[in-house]
Amino acid sequence: MVHQYKMGGYNIVMDVNSGAIHVVDDLTYDMIAMYEDADRESIFTELETRYPEQAGELDEAWEEVTELIAAGELFTPDNYESYIEEFAERPVVVKALCLHIAHDCNLACRYCFAEEGEYHGRRELMSFDVGRQALDFLVENSGSRRNLEVDFFGGEPLMNFQVVKDLVAYGRSLEKTRDKKFRFTLTTNGVLLDDGIMEFANREMDNVVLSIDGRKEVHDRMRPFPSKAGSYDLILPKFLAFAESRGQKNYYVRGTFTHYNTDFSKDVLHLADLGFRRISVEPVVAKATDDYAIREEDLEPLFREYEKLALEMVRRAGTDEDFTFFHFMIDLTGGPCVAKRLSGCGSGTEYLAVTPSGDLYPCHQFVGDPDFLMGNVADGVVNLPLRKEFSQCNVYAKEKCRECFARFYCSGGCAANAYNFSGDIRGAYDVGCALEKKRVECAIMIQAALAAATGKGEEHEAI
Amino acid sequence: MKHVKTLNTKLQNTKVGNQ
Repeated sequence: MVHQYKMGGYNIVMDVNSGAIHVVDDLTYDMIAMYEDADRESIFTELETRYPEQAGELDEAWEEVTELIAAGELFTPDNYESYIEEFAERPVVVKALCLHIAHDCNLACRYCFAEEGEYHGRRELMSFDVGRQALDFLVENSGSRRNLEVDFFGGEPLMNFQVVKDLVAYGRSLEKTRDKKFRFTLTTNGVLLDDGIMEFANREMDNVVLSIDGRKEVHDRMRPFPSKAGSYDLILPKFLAFAESRGQKNYYVRGTFTHYNTDFSKDVLHLADLGFRRISVEPVVAKATDDYAIREEDLEPLFREYEKLALEMVRRAGTDEDFTFFHFMIDLTGGPCVAKRLSGCGSGTEYLAVTPSGDLYPCHQFVGDPDFLMGNVADGVVNLPLRKEFSQCNVYAKEKCRECFARFYCSGGCAANAYNFSGDIRGAYDVGCALEKKRVECAIMIQAALAAATGKGEEHEAI
Repeated sequence: MKHVKTLNTKLQNTKVGNQ
């Protein structure tokens, strides 16, 4: 399978099944597009008409294309389906937990999973005892794996900060007795952030996620206090100080864009111009009936925004305005093995969410849906049919993924989004898929531009 | 190669995109 597109002045050819990425001239771009559907003679006849000044180069271009095919870097077949069967049969090891440390919040964000922080009136904080059982469950079910990950999530985790501190201390004690290494992450809206919390987080948190949507009017529209007052002015100086205190490493400012700011590249650049260097601004996950939901008609403007952002990132690369954008991060030379790429995110098997009362769900987006209750921290995973369903949720189980060029970078997308929009975790969320495909194209274009700027990629060498 | 520049050269050899 080959995917071809033009962006930023580059003709890009993705050989999907080998992972090879080629940048080609116009002549070769058209030749590859016709290669599988016509014979050499008719391709040459057509290309002589299109590119009369390059008629003498047709043999040379043809030879290069056939050389790529012989090298297994063009029109490579998909031989991976058997991999996934073995992957699905491996014993389940739990690697990561999302601890809903507080089902309570001091903001009333309009797009919150948790009903604007209200939790249907059932506000609840996780006790240390439930958290301790969760860490014990993780250690007991992690097999020989040493590195374990725990997200402190909410709600707003800082509304239950003493339990966060106590659980980190408990985790550190388990590291010594059980030969494990915990990587902790804290997500916060910043309202309660202070110097003491920053100091603790800089000592104990491998990553912090700071929620801010971008421009003040965009942020305050969606992230008000219950009083309707905006939160931007309160949190911004604290987040700037936090990012600096971490040396601009191991954090993300994380925003959400909606139907109301389809010009979201301005929000990304606003955050970059404020001085943040690690940025993620992501499409809202919402019901189609929500006024702020991304719609089909938003897609074309959003595609243009992603391209605009990608080109601006190329312009800023290597300057003191350079920044990282989460959805454009792509590793063309490393990255995980093909089995991981095909098997998805790990939700429901390797990754579980824990509610304040200790119930287990496949991930934070399924929390509260009784159809997806998997067990609890005391008894472990008891809904084994559901776990099996998630373990078999892979690229080959999703019809729309099997023929998608982005499948090795997207890994089948988000099971929760698929369920919310199609009623099946093996379905697809068409708007989300369209945006993901555009992001993959942009990310690869950035790599092509950086390679051109550094002179790498010449003469068929790997970068 | 004159017409092709390859940014990277084999998923099948590797027994999410940035992981």
